[in-house]
Order: sequence, then C-alpha cells, then structure tokens
Amino acid sequence: MSTALHNLVNQPYKHGFVTDIETESVPKGLSEDVIRLISEKKSEPEWLLEFRLQAYRHWLTMENPVWANVTHPPIDFQDIIYFAQPKPKKQLASMDEVDPELRRTFEKLGVPLHEQKLMAGVAVDVIFDSVSVTTTYKAKLAEVGIIFCSFSEAVREHPELVKQYLGSVVPSGDNFYAALNSAVFTDGSFCFIPKGVKCPMDLSTYFRINTEGSGQFERTLIIAEEGASVCYLEGCTAPQFDTNQLHAAVVELVALDNADIKYSTVQNWYAGDENGKGGIYNFVTKRGLCKGINSKISWTQVETGSAITWKYPSCVLLGDNSTGEFYSVALTNHLQQADTGTKMIHIGRNTRSKIISKGISAGRSNNSYRGLVKVGSRAHGARNYSQCDSMLIGDRSEASTFPTIDVQNTSATIEHEASTSKIGEDQMFFFAQRGIGSEEAISMIINGFCKDVFVHLPMEFAVEATKLLGLKLEGSVG
Amino acid sequence: MINKNSKVLLEVKNLKAEVDGIEILKGVDLTVRAGEVHAIMGINGSGKSTFSKVLAGHPDYAVTGGTAMFEGRDLFSLEPEERARAGLFLAFQYPVEIPGVSNSALLRLAYNTLQTERGKEELDPLEFEDLIEEKLRVVEMDPSFLSRSVNEGFSGGEKKRNEILQMAVLEPRLAILDETDSGLDIDALRIVANGVNSLLTPENAVIMVTHYQRLLNYIVPDYVHVMDGGRIVRTGGKELALELEARGYDWLRAAA
Repeated sequence: MSTALHNLVNQPYKHGFVTDIETESVPKGLSEDVIRLISEKKSEPEWLLEFRLQAYRHWLTMENPVWANVTHPPIDFQDIIYFAQPKPKKQLASMDEVDPELRRTFEKLGVPLHEQKLMAGVAVDVIFDSVSVTTTYKAKLAEVGIIFCSFSEAVREHPELVKQYLGSVVPSGDNFYAALNSAVFTDGSFCFIPKGVKCPMDLSTYFRINTEGSGQFERTLIIAEEGASVCYLEGCTAPQFDTNQLHAAVVELVALDNADIKYSTVQNWYAGDENGKGGIYNFVTKRGLCKGINSKISWTQVETGSAITWKYPSCVLLGDNSTGEFYSVALTNHLQQADTGTKMIHIGRNTRSKIISKGISAGRSNNSYRGLVKVGSRAHGARNYSQCDSMLIGDRSEASTFPTIDVQNTSATIEHEASTSKIGEDQMFFFAQRGIGSEEAISMIINGFCKDVFVHLPMEFAVEATKLLGLKLEGSVG
Repeated sequence: MINKNSKVLLEVKNLKAEVDGIEILKGVDLTVRAGEVHAIMGINGSGKSTFSKVLAGHPDYAVTGGTAMFEGRDLFSLEPEERARAGLFLAFQYPVEIPGVSNSALLRLAYNTLQTERGKEELDPLEFEDLIEEKLRVVEMDPSFLSRSVNEGFSGGEKKRNEILQMAVLEPRLAILDETDSGLDIDALRIVANGVNSLLTPENAVIMVTHYQRLLNYIVPDYVHVMDGGRIVRTGGKELALELEARGYDWLRAAA
C-alpha cells in the first residue's frame, strides 16, 4: 500500500521548467519609487497611482497576519522583484506576434495561444510573470458586449468601469496581502458581462510565474450586470526554484440583480520538493459580492500546489435572496501547508450559502479548513449548510478544522457537519481482494471522497483535477 | 458434490501463520476439489477466520510455515489482488464501507480487471448493466443498490447480500465465505444461501466458515471440518455439523 500511495502522491511536478526568455524587471525591493515606476511603465492614470500609493502607505502600518495554522520564515519584502515582463513590450496586433518562445511555453503547459487550437469554447487570458501576454476570442465576445481583456488594457480602454469597481469588494486596506497587492499589482484579467447577457463560452485565465525571485500580484475583476451570467476558470503553474516565491493575488467579483458568477480554480503552483525546499507562497484574497437580489456566486477550487496556501474565497450576500457557494478540494503532501476555507457573510434577507470542503493530507503535510458563517441582524431567514470532511493518508499528516459561526438573527438556520477519515488497511484489502490494484483503489477512494466537489467543476477542469489528484475517471463513470 | 477424480483447486499443507508475533495457525491441512462444498466450524478464536484471511493475503497476517497451492500456483507468492484475479474470492465477515464510490462503479472495475486478466473484452457501462441485472436476481437485490455507495448505510443483511452479488459478478473458482451467515435473519439467510447454491458448478468450490449448523441446512456441505487451537481436529460429512449442534464443541476439544 505504501509504495503505491507514495508513487501516486509523489508524481514529479510536470510544469517545473523555466522559459529562457529575456525579461525586463524593476530592481528588487519595494518603495514608493518602485510603485511609481510600475505605474509609469504601465502608463497608468493618476487616480490609479493614488490608489496604489494609498494602499502602500496603509500596508506599511500593517502586520503580517499570524493567525493562520501555517509556519514560514519571515518574508523579506525587499528581496522580491515586483515587476517582470517578457521583452520586447509592444502592442500585439495578433496572436502570431507573440514571442515563439512564450508560445512554446504555453503549448507545453497545454495552453495553446492560437484560438483554433484552444479547447473549443474557452476564451483565455494568459498572464506570464507580471503581464498579460494575450487574450483570445476577444472579438467574438465583444459582439455580445462582453469585455474580456487584461487588467492593464481595461485601465486604458474602460477606466470608468475599473474605477467604479476596483476595491469595491476587497478594499485596498482589507488585509496585509490585499494591501500589498493593491500597491503593486501588475496585471490580471478583467471581465464585464453586460445586462442580460449569458456569456456564450467559458472565460479563463492562465497564470504562470517564470522569473526567479519575482512575485506575482495579479488582480482580477469580474462584473456581471443584471441578469448576466458567466463561468470563469483559473489555472496556474510555476517553475521549480529552490527559493520561495510569493503569489498574492486579489480577485473581486460583483454580481448585480439576478446575475450568476461561477468561478473555478485548479491551482497547481510548484509546491516545493519533498523536504519543503522552494515552492510558492499562495496568499490570496478572493471575494465575491452578491450585490443584487437573487444573485449567485459560486466558488469551486481544487488546490494541489503551493508550499503554503492561505486562501478564503468568500461571498458577501448583500442582495435579498442571494446565494453563495464554496466547493473545495485541498490536497497537501510532503511539507505542504494549507489553511483554506471560506467566509459567508449573510446580510440580505433569505440569503443562502453552502460550503463543501474536502481536505486530503498526505506525507507530513498540514491541512486546515477555516471558515466563517456570519448572519447579520437583518438577514431574516438566512440558511447555511456546511460540510467539512478530512481524509488522512499515512500517519504523519495533519488535518484541522476551524469553523466559526456567528449568528445575530434568530430566524437563521445553520447546519454544520464534519468528518475525518483515513484510507484504512481494511479498505485497501477489500479492493485487493476484488482484484483491484492499490493505485486504482486509492484513486477510487479519493475520487469518491471528492465527488461532491468535482461535480461542480466544468468538464475540462474536472478531467484535469482528476488527473492532478492522480485519479482515473473509472470511478466517476458508473 | 464429491468426485474423487475432479481437479484439486486448493491444497494447503501444514500451514502456520501468526499475527503480531502470536501464532494462530499451527499446521492446517486442507484439500479442496472442484465441485466440493466445505464447512469449517469452530469456536471463537479457533483460527477459522484467520485461515480465510491468510489464504486471501491480508497484510496483518504472516505465513510462518507450510504451503498452499491454488490451481497449481503457489498462493503465497501472489499479491492479494493477484490471488483474487486467479479466482480466489473472500466474502468478508465485516464488509467495509466505501463512501462516494458507487456499487456499480466498483463492480464494473472489478469485473473489467478480471476480464483483462482473462484476455477478454472489457464491458462498457451499458453492456455491464445487462450483465448486472441478471446477477441482481441471484441475491434478490433491487437495482437501486447499484447507485448507492458501497455498503454505506446498508443493513447487515444487505451488506452480506452485496458480498454474494460481488461473488456472482466475479464468478470465482474458489469462494471463501467468512461467517456470511452471522447477523442474518432467516429470510436474508435463505436469500444468501439460495444465491450461493445457484452459483455452484462442478468447476468451482466453496469454503464456508461458520459457527452454526443453521447455514448448513441451506447450503449442504460435502465436508465439515472442525478447527480448534489453530488446527483442523476433525473432518466428517454433513452429519458432523448436526452432532456439533447437539453436543457442542467440548467433547471434541476433550478428545483432541
């Protein structure tokens, strides 16, 4: 059993290569000058520079949070490259102008930049280090009024929208890493789905950190106007370096009346080696605002990478009858640490939320679920259902659950279920006795364990997630 | 049915095995031919469940002596899954629950693994559905069981029927039923026994491990073995079970 388990959870990281491409970066370190330089390089308007500087000044007064159930040496924020981009930087008229080296990189990662080669019906924005390389299907989306572009382009082309919504869900001083991101964010994706439009294809962003010593601070903003709906996918990888790299993103979602946003992530950042050397620190703030009545925001995440994950995709349920959902699978191995979960803030009447979290810990890893369900005094009839299950593989891994429930309205209904299980020898022997090898048995057990989450992933992502967890689809077909 | 000319499926000689350093089996001999039904009886701790687990290859047990040949192959040189693929089946005393894994997915994977082993075509879900429908009748199970997670929320009787369903699908050469009768009410016992009987052919064989004579009224054994202190101390025909029922085990223990 242990060999098969070992092989299964220790598959070598396939995306660990480095692209040899000339990059232009600002010197290491953070100061107002660096921020001005980033802003200048991106030819940003004055108000955005102000937004950055304000965030930076606020950040200087803040402390690195220590409440998460993770440990790491202090981060030297002066030892990080805050801006790196492939050279030369010029306006690309078409996809064919993308540097061939970059194109090969993304093809190797399974993200071809040619529209015709892309998986049918998925538009992709590709972020390499600090900048967006290209966005596909833009023209087609524009026909129905959808704006899907890099954040920088949105600042240039649609400043009024960016100005209106930037920081409206995650204020620049929200937390330590959100403040840092607000000060130095370099690019990201921007989506705007106008009133009444159902986005005809899935939108996707692919993040890649390439430069050693660089951090990635992207900013994603998705707005669904009244009656609009969109399904958004996010994927990420990074090369293998011995040093830790910081990824501190901010994602803001806004859903107006009757709008529906579904956001799915398959996170496969480099996790470090088996002794915990290297890997990404993934310190991310993701939050959705259900601003309108009957609006709905649904987060689905499969977290398999990163040395440390610190991430709580949350929903603020402001509009009456709005719905928030969080479906999560977090797999940790070796010395990986994950402290992840969600916050469901019920403010409007008859708001509903649902949390399904599945943590799998192997090796000597540490996997925590942390959640907050808060029901405000005006949230009459609010309902929440939470289910947090942990599975332990081997006897050196750890799983913890930190649920917080804060209810200020007596008409609320809150349900919380939790379980911890272990892949037991008896289960393995049962499978063996039916002729099923240990690798397939583990796949089947884990697949079964995660089923409630995988069903919420878009098809291609479900396949990728299943593969990522070293699973075969066999079990989910029946 | 006893036929001295039929093929030997299993031949165990002087088998010794231990768990956590404690010797449980102290020299077991047993020969099973195709077409035969054997019952192994004995009190708790006599070693009968250990015997079945050792044959199937449970990792908690270490073989310390003796041999077991299964259709001419050295059983102890095979991994547990290889023994299963070779046609050795163990119906568990306490079937485990596998949350989230549907019964039909498990059955199809197990069946297709075996098909591959036998050099035959795998069945797709639709073809498998036809096969399974017929097998469900063997144990009078409702098709709704197929979509439920393996043994999760099943009653004791349903779990045991589910074991026999797996046996029906996998068609083993030798099936070991480890206290399949325990915890069954009389109706479930009848269903399980009828199922097993319908699966018996001149080419396969069954070993039933049981405490009670009751099961043997439904599945009539050719041989009854009494195990005590890690050995088979007495072998007889079906009448031996009746004698045990009437007199208990003590007279045998005293004699041994």
